[in-house]
Amino acid sequence: MAALSDVLVDVPVGIPADAEPTPAEPTPAEPTAAEPTVVDLATTDVRALNRALHAADVAQTSPRWRVVRPDGRHSIAVGLDAEVQVQIDGHVGYYCAGMNKTADVVVDGNAGVGVAENMMSGTVRVRGNASQSAAATAHGGLLVVEGSAAARCGISMKGVDIVVGGDVGHMSAFMGQAGRLVVCGDAGHALGDSLYEARLYVAGSVRSLGADCVEKEVRAEHLAELTDLLAAAGIDADPTTFRRYGSARSLYNFHVDNASAY
Amino acid sequence: MCGIVGLHLREPSLYPRLGELLTGMLCQVTERGPDSAGVAVYGDPRWSPPGSATVSVLTGQRTADDVRAAVAAALPGTEVTVVDAGQTCVVSAPTDVDALVAAVRAALPGTVLTGFGEDVAVLKGVGHPQTLAAEFRLAAAQGWQGVAHTRMATESAVTPEGSHPFSVGPDQCLVHNGSFANHATIRRELVAAGMEFDSDNDSEVGARFVAAQLAAGYDLEKSLTLLCERFDGFYTLLVANRDSFAVVRDAIACKPAVIAETPQWVAMASEYRALAGLPGVESARIFEPEPEEVYAWQR
Repeated sequence: MAALSDVLVDVPVGIPADAEPTPAEPTPAEPTAAEPTVVDLATTDVRALNRALHAADVAQTSPRWRVVRPDGRHSIAVGLDAEVQVQIDGHVGYYCAGMNKTADVVVDGNAGVGVAENMMSGTVRVRGNASQSAAATAHGGLLVVEGSAAARCGISMKGVDIVVGGDVGHMSAFMGQAGRLVVCGDAGHALGDSLYEARLYVAGSVRSLGADCVEKEVRAEHLAELTDLLAAAGIDADPTTFRRYGSARSLYNFHVDNASAY
Repeated sequence: MCGIVGLHLREPSLYPRLGELLTGMLCQVTERGPDSAGVAVYGDPRWSPPGSATVSVLTGQRTADDVRAAVAAALPGTEVTVVDAGQTCVVSAPTDVDALVAAVRAALPGTVLTGFGEDVAVLKGVGHPQTLAAEFRLAAAQGWQGVAHTRMATESAVTPEGSHPFSVGPDQCLVHNGSFANHATIRRELVAAGMEFDSDNDSEVGARFVAAQLAAGYDLEKSLTLLCERFDGFYTLLVANRDSFAVVRDAIACKPAVIAETPQWVAMASEYRALAGLPGVESARIFEPEPEEVYAWQR
């Protein structure tokens, strides 16, 4: 195993000297005001970074991380299971923050296939766009995509909350079992196909609904949860402009009259 | 899984760097296709001297000298140049393209032509992509456009003729990530129409189909729209000819594709990491192509 000291660099290489400093966040109750640990992926491999992030005492010894020059590498910050904050400056490849538990991960760029795949808890925020299968099979936590997400966003979601500032591609929330998907823009074809109990909110147009997905009434409790989700995501959108979609529950059990819908 | 990269340069001052940039892109998709690789380069003066026709061939058991001697004998009075690139060699001569193609076919019966035209050289082979890039001396290449592919074979054998790009019409090339489901049916139709194939590869059927549409007078955009209507299966395709560069994905769009565009260049790759080293990428417009939408750029 690489020593932690092999992984760390002192200077955030790749960040322009004239970049605006990150404003100091008011964190009176948190003992995390220390400078973040900086890892440069142009000189450190992803496995070494992930091993360091998996250290049993990472939340105590090094709760804040900054990853520079990710350059689209895969599997950055996967499998985290500690109260750490990871900021990634740039675009990431596949499965970034996959299986995330407890940690807060911010991608200041675009994310490749399967960001926050199978997330259990914590928060993952993508400031750019996300590729296909964002938060696939995720059980919990919050994924925020400030830009747009591509096809199959939230496929087989099992309890995660997803808030997308822009659009989502086709087959989003396919077989969604639990959790909420909020789309501030438009949704592509076959939204919510074969949906179970995930709840979907879309402000813009829906190109088509998938099998067994129907529009449903927005009641007070839905408006309340939508307001909470947008607030948690820090996305400024008017909750009253959204429509709600859910399962018609007609495909739950096989019935021969439904054979053509499968 | 396969890897695709392509670079269409708009800024002439970057032409001398085409090979260097394309090599960096190709190496980033090595893991997506470690069994074979190939490149199509447009406008390299070493491979495609101005005023000459160029034919790329699989060398097989021959040496580059054998190829030169045989083609020169078939073209008396014409200076024939051959550049050795490992499993492929590039033949050029100051003649028209049809004449050089005919001479190569006559001189080297049974040899697979991997590409032909005025501007394109198509080099491919079996082996590790980085080893092949070195054999091609790709880093030294110049030109305005390049397309490269790394292959993880699924539909046919790992052979030089089964490697991509498929270049079956003048100055055309096609690379494919995915697998066509109805390629055997379409192959039978094309064979019945008189077309001959060089491999059992499903992607070659796509290339032959596009070549047939272009030969019928359609432009690249329309040809790819017709391909979407006729072909079933998974595909991200990058298709180029001497003046066009186009990308299309199937309706399901599970095979990845990222496009980046700046005033200096347009680039496409299976994954963003292949674009990360391009000059000015930090200010590029980066997006994923929508399913069944043809994206085309003209020179």
